[in-house]
Amino acid sequence: MEYVLMFIGAVFVNNIILAQFLGICPFLGVSKKTSTAAGMGMAVTFVMTIATIVTYLIQKYVLIPNNLQFMQTITFILVIASLVQMVEIMLKKVSPSLYQALGVFLPLITTNCAILGVAISVIQKDFDLLQSVVYAISSAIGFMLAMVLFAGIREQLAITNVPSGMKGTPIALIVAGLLAMAFMGFAGLA
Amino acid sequence: MSKIKVLTNGLIKENPVLVLLLGMCPTLGTTSSAINGMSMGLATMFVLICSNVVVSLVKNIIPDKVRIPSFIVIIATFVTVVQMFMEAYMPALFESLGLFIPLIVVNCIVLGRAESFAAKNDPFSSMLDGMGMGLGFTLALTLLGSMRELLGTGKIFGATLFPEDFGALVFVLAPGAFIALGYLIAIVNKLKTK
Repeated sequence: MEYVLMFIGAVFVNNIILAQFLGICPFLGVSKKTSTAAGMGMAVTFVMTIATIVTYLIQKYVLIPNNLQFMQTITFILVIASLVQMVEIMLKKVSPSLYQALGVFLPLITTNCAILGVAISVIQKDFDLLQSVVYAISSAIGFMLAMVLFAGIREQLAITNVPSGMKGTPIALIVAGLLAMAFMGFAGLA
Repeated sequence: MSKIKVLTNGLIKENPVLVLLLGMCPTLGTTSSAINGMSMGLATMFVLICSNVVVSLVKNIIPDKVRIPSFIVIIATFVTVVQMFMEAYMPALFESLGLFIPLIVVNCIVLGRAESFAAKNDPFSSMLDGMGMGLGFTLALTLLGSMRELLGTGKIFGATLFPEDFGALVFVLAPGAFIALGYLIAIVNKLKTK
């Protein structure tokens, strides 16, 4: 039950994009088509889960025993950057079809603040390993949900008549605001 | 380009947030009040200046292939310095900015300037560029923070301008961040085309 609540909380109530403002760059950057948005969402889910497990283990078995917590930011970002590279190489070898689908999005993920954000926040929230994994997967699903919904709206938006000054990013941000407002309706669910 | 131009470039013409649309996460996440926005801007500016100077100093030593990882380590070092300094001397601010302090490391503005400016220019111009971009970022964040604080609670920097009852609380919450920034960029776009 605890995990179900955590899942609902991370997907709907504290959605990583719409309530916590993490990962806005891909949210605005690659959300012009539903299919690319879904691809990006999948790649993020994949990397976020692995990255959270690895950084959690490093924090617990390397940084804390050696009293090196202040090295957290440096270690985590390097781990994530190299992890993305490694995932890319392995995926190419093991599953070329998955690599084809996720390939272009993988290098972009290193600078996605959602990955580092989740890795740090599971440490700050003092989760155990299983909780961290559930939290990472649910946050990633929340990310994908928001991306796909937003991309769907933007596809429609592309063919509507928008005042000239509002074209492009401004109207996209306002739509995102309305989407965030809709997600506020989930408050109190978990 | 003259030195003054380097400094003012980031302020308005190439404002990182309002024109280049970089660093959106901290822009939206930390501007629930003017003071939070401004502190986040200043923290980022410090990292930006330091990393720009260091990158520019070591640019000839670093092999081209490991350029980006080295830049990230340099940036992460200064972020850690800011993080520890704020935790020690401004615990309240550190608490309210929370996660976004360590996340300066993945702010595209910092890495972007290191790669596109500091890696090609001398340390002094890099410092000016860092300062200009940092000021531009701070300006945008302070503006957005004031706008949200005013519309949400009727205050700017904690000074009451109109009674709180008239404020639309939604501007302090998540949706207001998106909407306020959307209108701010729309206004800038309008001014640009004139």
